[in-house]
Amino acid sequence: MANTNKWGVVAEFDSAAAIYTAAEKTTAQGYTHVDAYTPFPVHGLDRALRQGPSHLGWIVVCCGITGICLAQLMMYWMNAVDYPIWVSGKEPYAWPSTIPITFELMVLLSGLGAVFGMFGLNKLPRLHHPIFQHATFWRATDDRFFLAVEAKDPKFDSAQTTRFLESIGGKNVAIVED
Amino acid sequence: MTAIPVVDEPENPLVRAPLVEGKNDFTSVTNIIAGVAERKTPRGWYLMFGISVALLLNLGAMIGYLVFNGVGVWGNNVPVAWAWPIVNFVFWIGIGHAGTLISAVLFLFRQKWRTSINRASEAMTIFAVMAAGIFPAIHVGRIWVIYWVFPLPNQMAMWPNFKSPLLWDVFAVSTYFTISALFWFVGLVPDLATFRDRAAKAGRTIAARAYGVFAFGWTGSNRHWINYEKAYMILAGLSTPLVLSVHSIVSFDFAVSLVPGWHTTIFPPYFVAGAIFSGFGMVLTLMIPARQWLGLHELITLNHLDNIAKILLLTGTMVGYAYGMEFFIAWYSGVEYEQFAFINRAIGPYAWAYWIMIGCNVISPQFFWIRSLRRSPMVLFVISIFVNIGMWFERFVITISTLNRDFLPSSWGYYSPTLIDILTYAGSFGLFFTMFLLFCRFLPILAISEVKGVMPEANPHHGHGHDDHHAHAQHAHAHAHH
Repeated sequence: MANTNKWGVVAEFDSAAAIYTAAEKTTAQGYTHVDAYTPFPVHGLDRALRQGPSHLGWIVVCCGITGICLAQLMMYWMNAVDYPIWVSGKEPYAWPSTIPITFELMVLLSGLGAVFGMFGLNKLPRLHHPIFQHATFWRATDDRFFLAVEAKDPKFDSAQTTRFLESIGGKNVAIVED
Repeated sequence: MTAIPVVDEPENPLVRAPLVEGKNDFTSVTNIIAGVAERKTPRGWYLMFGISVALLLNLGAMIGYLVFNGVGVWGNNVPVAWAWPIVNFVFWIGIGHAGTLISAVLFLFRQKWRTSINRASEAMTIFAVMAAGIFPAIHVGRIWVIYWVFPLPNQMAMWPNFKSPLLWDVFAVSTYFTISALFWFVGLVPDLATFRDRAAKAGRTIAARAYGVFAFGWTGSNRHWINYEKAYMILAGLSTPLVLSVHSIVSFDFAVSLVPGWHTTIFPPYFVAGAIFSGFGMVLTLMIPARQWLGLHELITLNHLDNIAKILLLTGTMVGYAYGMEFFIAWYSGVEYEQFAFINRAIGPYAWAYWIMIGCNVISPQFFWIRSLRRSPMVLFVISIFVNIGMWFERFVITISTLNRDFLPSSWGYYSPTLIDILTYAGSFGLFFTMFLLFCRFLPILAISEVKGVMPEANPHHGHGHDDHHAHAQHAHAHAHH
C-alpha cells in the first residue's frame, strides 16, 4: 500500500499509565517506528517504546576535552611564547595558575555542547511538524498523551493501524498527512 | 486579590508531604501557571514596572555620567580604592548562586520540591549576574577598552595576564552567565511550547508565533525527551562545580592578595556559603509576594518555604562560624597585622557595619529553629530582607573596613560613598526588577513540565491499584521481552 503522502497515525490517551500500556502493546505488536508525545518525560516510556539511550554524553565529552586543550594552548602560547610575561614571581607558564581558566573553558564548551548537541540530535529548531495537524495535538503540551505510528514503519497500514490504535484505547485516532 | 485558604496540616513524618497541594491535575497546573501570563496585566504590575524602569533609566544616566567624568565621581580613593563597585558586584553575583544551587545541586540530590521555585530562581540568577557584571565593567575607568580583559589582539600587542585572579573572574563570570542562561532556556523550551499551543488555540496569533519561535518546534516527542533529560542532567552536573568555582574565584580576588583580613584560606568556602545564604534570602524576597499576588499557594506550598528557611538557617550558621573562625585564626596566627585587621572590623570606625552584618546574618536566621516562624510568610519575608541587607554589609565590611586602615597609619582614611555611588547601586535594582517583572508577566514563572512530572499521576504505574508488587511484576515482565 502506498503511503507516500501520509506521515502516520496518531492516537490520544488520557494518562501516563495509559500511554505506557499503549506503548508496550504497540511495540509488542511489531511496530518499530513508534513515538510518544507527552507533556513531561514519562518514566520508563523509553523502554516501553524500545528506544535506546541518548548519545549526547559523547558529544559533551569531546567538547569538554576541546575546552581543556584550547585553554591550555591559549595560555601557554599567549603568556609563554608570543609575549612572555614574568609576573608575580612565577614562570611565564605556571601550570597551577592555569587551572581556574582551564576548568571554566571546559565547563563552557561542555555546556554549549550539551545544549546545541541536544537540539541537534533532536533536529530542532523545526517550527513545523506534520503531527501539529492533528486536531487535539495542542494538548500534548498540556494534559494529553499521544502515540504515533509513522508511515515509514514496514508494518504500517493506515486502516489496520488505525483499528489497532483504537482497539488499545486510543481516542481521536487520525491519519496525519505529511 | 482573593485569599486562598491554605490548610497547614500537621506533618506525618512517615508520609512525604505532597509537592502540589489542593485538588490539582495536569490541566489545572497548566491553567494556574499559564493563567499568570494570559490574564489582564494587573495594575500593581504597571506601578512596580514603572518604578523599576525609572530606576533603570537612572542607572543609565549614572553610567553615562561616570563614563564622561571618570571614576572620580565615586567615593573610591586611596586607601579605599576598591569600594562600592566591588561590594555591589559580589553582592549581586552571590544572589545569583542560589538559583544555580536550586536548579542544579538540588536536582542532582533528587530534591523534588525544587520544581516549584527553580524557574524563578534561575531567572533571578541571570538577572543578578547581569546586574553584577555592570560594576566591574564600569569601574575599569576607560570602559571603551574593556575588551583588553579578553584574549583579543589589541593595540598594545599584549595578551592578558592569565595569572591574575581578576582575569580568572572574567572567565568564571562570563561562563557562569552563559551556562545559566542556556540552562534556563533549555528548561523553558517545553513550557514555551505549552504557551504556544494555548495561544494558538485561543487565536492569539502574535503570541503564538512569538512563543513558537523560542519553543523551537517542541513536540514532546519521547525521543526528544530522552536527549533532553540527558542534556538537563549534564548541565546540572556541570553547573554544580561551576557555581562553587565562580564564588571561589570571586573570593580569590581578595584571598590571593597580601592584605591582612583578605589573605586567608577560609575565603572560598566562606564566600560560597554566604552566596547561597544571600541567594536564598532573595528567593524568599521575590517568591513570597509573587506567590501571594499570583495565587500560586498550591504550587509553592508552606512546605517549600519551610525548606528554604532551613537552608537559610544552615547557611547563616555556617557564615557565622566563618566569622568566628576568622577571628580565631587571626589570634592563633600570632600575626599582629591580621589581629589588628579583625579587631578593627569589630570595634574600629566601621564597627556599626560589622554589627549590622552580625545581627542580620548570624542572629536573624536563628529564629528559624522555631517551626511556626518558618511557616509564616510574613516572618520569612521580613527576615529575608534582613538577610539581603546583612549580606550586602558583609561585602562592605570585608572590602572597606579592611582597606580603610592600611599598613601606614599616615594613609588611614574614612570612606564615604557619594550620591553617584548610591544612585548607581539603586539603579542596579532597577535593572534586576525590570527584568524580573517582564519575566513574571510573559514567561512561565514555574516549570510546568517539571511540576507535572513530580505529581503522583505522572508515574506510569499510578492507578494500577496500590499493589506495588503487581506493578513491579508487570515491569519485570516487560523487561523480559527485550
